[in-house]
Amino acid sequence: MTRREKENLRTGLLFISPWIAGFLLLSVYPLAATLYYSLSDYSVLSPAVFVGLENYRNLATDPIFWRAVYNTFFFAAFALPLGLLVSLTLAILLNFDLPGRGIFRTVFFLPSLMPMVCLAVLWQWMLNGDLGLINHALRPPLDAVNALFGTSLTPPNWLQEPTYAKWGIIFTALWGVGQAVVIYLAGLQDVPRHLYESAEIDGANFWKKTWHITLPMISPVIYFNLIMGLIGSFQVFAVPYVMTEGGDGPERSLLFMATYLYQNAFDYWSMGYACAIGLVLFLVILGLTLLATRLSARHVHYEGN
Amino acid sequence: MPRSSYNISGLARLLGSVVLVCTLIACDGASSAKDNRIVVRYWDKWSGSEAKAMQEVVDDFNASQDRIRVEYSSVSQINRKLMLAIGGGNPPDVAGLFGNTLAVYAENNALTPLDKFATENGVTRDDYIGVFWDICNHRGRLWGLPSAPASLALVWNKKLFREAGLDPDRPPKSIAELEKFNDKLARRDENGRLVGAGLLPSEPGWWPAIWGWWFGGDLWDGERITADSPENMAAMEWIASYPQRFGARDLLSFRDGFGNFASPQNAFLTSRVAMVLQGPWIQNFIRDFAPPDFEWGAAPFPSSGPDNEGVTLVETDVLVIPAGAKHPREAFEFIRYVNTQGPMEKLCIAQCKFSPLKEHSPDFLQRHPNPQIGTFLELAKSPHARFVPPLTFWVMYENDMKQAFGKVWTGAASPREALAEVQSRLQAEFERRRARWDRVAAVLQEGWNKQP
Repeated sequence: MTRREKENLRTGLLFISPWIAGFLLLSVYPLAATLYYSLSDYSVLSPAVFVGLENYRNLATDPIFWRAVYNTFFFAAFALPLGLLVSLTLAILLNFDLPGRGIFRTVFFLPSLMPMVCLAVLWQWMLNGDLGLINHALRPPLDAVNALFGTSLTPPNWLQEPTYAKWGIIFTALWGVGQAVVIYLAGLQDVPRHLYESAEIDGANFWKKTWHITLPMISPVIYFNLIMGLIGSFQVFAVPYVMTEGGDGPERSLLFMATYLYQNAFDYWSMGYACAIGLVLFLVILGLTLLATRLSARHVHYEGN
Repeated sequence: MPRSSYNISGLARLLGSVVLVCTLIACDGASSAKDNRIVVRYWDKWSGSEAKAMQEVVDDFNASQDRIRVEYSSVSQINRKLMLAIGGGNPPDVAGLFGNTLAVYAENNALTPLDKFATENGVTRDDYIGVFWDICNHRGRLWGLPSAPASLALVWNKKLFREAGLDPDRPPKSIAELEKFNDKLARRDENGRLVGAGLLPSEPGWWPAIWGWWFGGDLWDGERITADSPENMAAMEWIASYPQRFGARDLLSFRDGFGNFASPQNAFLTSRVAMVLQGPWIQNFIRDFAPPDFEWGAAPFPSSGPDNEGVTLVETDVLVIPAGAKHPREAFEFIRYVNTQGPMEKLCIAQCKFSPLKEHSPDFLQRHPNPQIGTFLELAKSPHARFVPPLTFWVMYENDMKQAFGKVWTGAASPREALAEVQSRLQAEFERRRARWDRVAAVLQEGWNKQP
């Protein structure tokens, strides 16, 4: 290394030192501390006592933890693909050159501006079994079915029945797709017009254009939304926590991994156990992100390449 | 070279100003001395009118002497914030907690034991209705003194009793009688939908764990968790009888129509349920939300038999001195002041509770806004007055019982299944926590012995 290179390196390091300091203090240290505390009996206030893998052994046999894992995977398995599909469809529709499309774009984005807690309280009422608007809409068609077939179908008490509670949360999550729609719209506007024009000359219809031009061209954006959605849905916490006033829901059907982590850390004073849950959650998200990256590698096209 | 040194000095200036700002923010926590008084910082969970009541007591204390100034702040979610403040080494000098969290705070070395202060000031169990002193003691030490206490009673709506053909002045005495009343008080509309009920154990459902007490059971025996004892099982069987009689889905749907407890849509105040298990504060809700002609009474909650008549849950808010507080002696002086008759009655009348002190002033019951306060006070003095077990995982216990209650309430599990699950999980947790205590007890006790 020449003198000049050394100097450059020093100046460079100096310039990024705020970031390095932040990274070490705010990311590496907490992660390392989580790892250490997950191996100890720790309650924040008394010093941590090293217990080896005890927390992980307890996790493996804790039925409530497994319930939370199941709930989290269930939620992600439906909320993530549904969210991707709905946001992409909305974005494609909102990209049509129609009068008043600015208004529609605003309307679909608006819910994302709402704080999570307000959203949860609002949907608590939407999903109310007795007075909710959803059931208000469901009752007439169900009554018609009942009249026709002599059945006695009634709409569910969404947030009080374990079979339906998770679906209530999944629908609520769909309401917040505005953010993803905006990102898709930005991607869609970047697709060169001439590609569509040449496809039209070749006689391609809407579906063919979407499949062969739009989707490949915005595949990096889809990939981005997939990863962000994956992380977001595995960390689901605020909305079910507020909706259920404590996080469990009927028969613990709305207890997610993040909720159980929170309960252990701050309600049960088992910070060590909570750290172990946190680390498991981190590994799950990391593993799935790597898997998604590997599986999608062939289908994501970057313009630079 | 000149360029890079310019960069470095610029960066240094930037970092310097960041440090300065951080220092200013950190200094904000320190008290600004307006006079030479010692400042005692006091956090409590109360807000609204309850906070206002305490603020008045604090003002009185500040005016009564010129050495200490107490600064009161309302702090929401106090359990979490206090835990972090103590962990961070900057706790307030006095904090108001719920009595049932003393065990977990004490065993985590988060509080200052008060025994020596109490002895110096001549504060003893004899000054109190015994059970409240017992709540404040754990592992042989005193951790706090009571502020505003409460007990639970059956509160009933006299008008609904009259409409159902019952004597409005005669509440049910036993569980069997309660169920006869329930049958008379249940109402359905023309479509068969439930629109009125007697007592629903789910409304408001704030104490899902303790129903077994009225059947003669308990939640632990000091050595073991007894969630699945025959008495607790009998209580769960009683819970299970509701969905069997009224229909699980009908009950859920009925309950979904209730508004928040603290609102004019409160199920009891809107005459949708005729009886609730409640504390003396119900008077505040009646004053704020009930129709003007609302008539009510309070009596001991019905029990399974004469052996457990007069069973009640007593609980109390407590004033504690967190570990690491800067002015523990001055903090105790304030706590002691609150625990004298005048200030205590002022606080409890304003918060619609009775006084935890053994002696109350002759006109206390007359001055009190709650006409039924005598019933609640007598219940607290009953030999069957109980408090929740002093377990460090009480929140988990209560949460698990709430889940068990929910499963039985919807008919998703039998009482036996639901309680067996709770029992096995909590017994394991009990043993884990006991092992933790055994590991740290000697060191903790030694540290506590050395404290002021």
